[in-house]
Amino acid sequence: MNKLTVSLSPHIHSGGSIDRCMWNVVIAMIPALGVAIYTFGLPALYVTLISVATCLLTEWAITRYMLRRPSTISNGSALITGMLLAFNLPSILPWWMVVIGGVVAIGIGKMSFGGLGGNIWNPALVGRVFLLLSFPAAMTTWPADVPSAFDATSKATANASTGATLLTHLNDTKAAPSLADYDLLDMAIGHMNGSLGEVGGIAILIGLVYLLATKTITWHIPVSVLGSAALFSWAFGGNPLLDIFAGGLLLGAVFMATDYVTSPMTHKGQLIFGFMIGFITIIIRRFGAYPEGMSFAILLMNSFVPLINRYCHPSVFGAKERRAMA
Amino acid sequence: MKTFRKGGVHPPEYKLTAGRPILGMPVPAELRIMLSQSIGAPSRPVVKAGDSVSAGQIIAEAGGFVGAPIHSPVNGTVRKLEPTRTPQGIWQDSIVIATDMGNPGSASDTRRPEDEIMGLTPKEIVSIVGEAGIVGLGGAAFPTRVKLTLPEGKTASTVIINGAECEPCLTCDDALMRAEADKIVAGTLLIMKATGAPEGIIGIEENKPEAIAAMKEAAQEYANIRVEKLKKKYPQGGEKQLIYALTGKTVPAGGLPIETGCIVDNVATAYAIHDAVCNRQNLTERVVTVTGPDLKNPGNFIVRNGTPLSEIIDYAGGLPENTGKVIAGGPMMGRAISTLESSATKGLSGIVVLPKADSQRHKEGPCIRCGRCVAGCPMGLEPYLLMTLADNAMWNDMAAHDALSCLECGCCSYICPASRPILDLIKLGKQELRKKKQK
Amino acid sequence: MEITISIIVLGAIGLIAAVLLYLAAKKFYVYEDPKIGEIEEILPGANCGGCGLSGCHAFAVECANATTMEGLNCAGIDDAGMKKIADIVGLTPVETEKRVAIIKCSASCENRDPQNHYDGVRSCAIEAALYQGESDCIYGCLGCGDCVKACPFGAMTINTGDALPKVDREKCTGCGKCVEACPRGLCELVPAHHDRPIVWVACANKDRGPIAMKECGVACIGCTKCRKVCPVQAPEIVSFLAHIDQSKCTSCGECVKACPRHSIVSSSI
Repeated sequence: MNKLTVSLSPHIHSGGSIDRCMWNVVIAMIPALGVAIYTFGLPALYVTLISVATCLLTEWAITRYMLRRPSTISNGSALITGMLLAFNLPSILPWWMVVIGGVVAIGIGKMSFGGLGGNIWNPALVGRVFLLLSFPAAMTTWPADVPSAFDATSKATANASTGATLLTHLNDTKAAPSLADYDLLDMAIGHMNGSLGEVGGIAILIGLVYLLATKTITWHIPVSVLGSAALFSWAFGGNPLLDIFAGGLLLGAVFMATDYVTSPMTHKGQLIFGFMIGFITIIIRRFGAYPEGMSFAILLMNSFVPLINRYCHPSVFGAKERRAMA
Repeated sequence: MKTFRKGGVHPPEYKLTAGRPILGMPVPAELRIMLSQSIGAPSRPVVKAGDSVSAGQIIAEAGGFVGAPIHSPVNGTVRKLEPTRTPQGIWQDSIVIATDMGNPGSASDTRRPEDEIMGLTPKEIVSIVGEAGIVGLGGAAFPTRVKLTLPEGKTASTVIINGAECEPCLTCDDALMRAEADKIVAGTLLIMKATGAPEGIIGIEENKPEAIAAMKEAAQEYANIRVEKLKKKYPQGGEKQLIYALTGKTVPAGGLPIETGCIVDNVATAYAIHDAVCNRQNLTERVVTVTGPDLKNPGNFIVRNGTPLSEIIDYAGGLPENTGKVIAGGPMMGRAISTLESSATKGLSGIVVLPKADSQRHKEGPCIRCGRCVAGCPMGLEPYLLMTLADNAMWNDMAAHDALSCLECGCCSYICPASRPILDLIKLGKQELRKKKQK
Repeated sequence: MEITISIIVLGAIGLIAAVLLYLAAKKFYVYEDPKIGEIEEILPGANCGGCGLSGCHAFAVECANATTMEGLNCAGIDDAGMKKIADIVGLTPVETEKRVAIIKCSASCENRDPQNHYDGVRSCAIEAALYQGESDCIYGCLGCGDCVKACPFGAMTINTGDALPKVDREKCTGCGKCVEACPRGLCELVPAHHDRPIVWVACANKDRGPIAMKECGVACIGCTKCRKVCPVQAPEIVSFLAHIDQSKCTSCGECVKACPRHSIVSSSI
């Protein structure tokens, strides 16, 4: 007779795995990548490939030569970081800057904390912000030949020669934006300038639907981020739809704020987390020096996650009744 | 549809034996009857080697207030009193009975007259239940007499009969409800009488429409008993979850169900209570689901107490070649069996035979803090945190985070995408906490 | 010029910070008996709890406040170390008997075939609570190394050959952490004597002879042969299991030779 296996209950498993979660996110990002290539042409693909390759190589090298552990690149998390980093870069960024971003994202943002599960900040955003602070000019130079959503309808074309994102334009003019000047449909389908991943609003929403349908993520973070961003955009006299579709808000709400590792554990905590991200983003956009605040907002709130986890416990079943009895 | 609010998971049903009739198993030649069959002190044998016993005769008395007597399932001779391995391989005292194969006997069936039953006082019903050795047949095997004896100053308002059977694979309660709905309802009435509860609710998960129909029909003539359909969601049959789903009341953390005025019993327990009170039958057999994807002849069998596990599996077609794991109980909360030399007890609700491919755990990964264990915990705990605390032997912090509220349903380990052994470590922590409490 | 200003500003910030730190250190200074610090220097700092107190600092405090060295003993240091501590507090040192750990199981996989396969956390505590263990013997070593994890001195290792824990008795201080950790109670502290080997029954099986024999090739069956050959009647047999009374044993080795099951072992430190 063969030997029986003995283990503690439960004896069945949902079949879910880290790999599956991660690959679902990768699949969800494909539409947005498609839009990026459509809008920016082949350079978008090159940036993505360089970024992904750098991230995978860095992780492999660190696990192989520094941690001396089995390689973890097959679980897809480095691939996600690579793609997300690329999504946050202009398509015309020099290749070596992309490489630096990838090395920083994986090396400092993730592996220095012990790898997947240990990091405090979203690795892709660590890479992006590092590049933004080190090479501010290159990181805000956009391809000139991309149709901008506002060029057609607004009179302000001063920046068109260097290419400018809508948010840069708003930040420069400090004018309260009104929807009349912009073609929302153009923005939604990717007819605007910006980083690779932030131009295809509809494509990102398709990804969101896929993530929700496969139960990879729950609705709490994306909805609270977008909801609070819309609320404060309206409160500060802006146009909520414009704020959502312009810049990285959608990208961040769907793919970056929802990163498991760097978001709170409880639904309650996730709602607070999302709400604060939306709030900080709008504050930076309206009052800050930077035209875009999403990455800073997410990184800031990432830092608060341990604190949120510390104070946002789920309510224990029957705890209220226990207190009532005592 | 009624359901509990917090957490829960949706494991596949795997109810291969649903709709199969209840079959009587052939009487085994030798029975090894464990003396520790219920929660509480082990029973004390009242027979010795060489004694001849008849079916239904008491062979061991309750070992304490929390405990239950054990009765002989057959006519035969006591061969010896010696240790037998439990399904987990631990030696435990047992009574070995050689069956009189010519006349094995069956549980006595001397019906108590109708007017005598009507005239029984609540106290008398409870004492009959106690003498019949009835324990909770859902799996926990808590002596029913103790459950029906209300603590000082408490009154019961609702008797809940648990027909949820939310465990995958198991169908013994389903089969019993389809076949013996009338007796279960009669048992429910008896529990209501014994506890003075004015209403009875029978909760059944939606995936058992035949059982719901049968129970509804049986219960329709009683205005104070109703059958409720429950959503299919694990652990719907957890005591506290069921009370919440059916009455909207919440049992205080660390408290007993009676705090809400509810008494929860399994359908098989209600059936056994009916048999004990109306037919003077002591609890010596029960319905056991024997199932597995590669088992030749899975089914719901009436198994006598003390039947060797190997014989039960042989009756279901023998252990398949590719067997990797055998589970006593359901796959979510059941315990893995390490030796088939053991025998059936009152608390055995099912035997699940898993093939090799399904019996190994997945490779463990790092916690990615996805929060699914938190969302899935029906008790509102934070399993990831309890696991880390247990790993670092921080027992007091575990208690502060209500580790003792954990009902060990396994949702956390089931749902974890990294296949982390969350429940293993929480169980360890609970054990350490109980040890500390005893000191 | 700009550089000078920078240097001055930075220097000033540094100076202010230093002053603040100094003031804070003064303000929040807690007086502590200097003896406590001196004693802690001598202690191993493993916080093993072998002294019965919560850690090395607590032991140092206890020593500093003691009126006698009776009952105060650190397992992690030798007699010379204890004498130093006694000198610091000005008391006379008390000689204590050093003890080391032994493992009361010697059954490798060849002696007891694994009957099933355990799949789960590598923890003896969990495995023991769950079931019998991988072999038929419900008393023997589970081999997950809870004792190794518990040992604060790195004296325990799981032997690669027979998968049993091995005590490095040079490193072992007899703190008793492993005794607490082993769910099967297989660790025991015995007097450490360097002049002769330690002899003990490396088995904990309490089953009757025939069953024990089936379960394990080196299980003690309680045959009492060891007691018969022993000149000082050191072995005692309780529930089919021999146990050697270390206070009587003279390490003559007769029982080791006589044991038909090879469950008595002898090892020098």
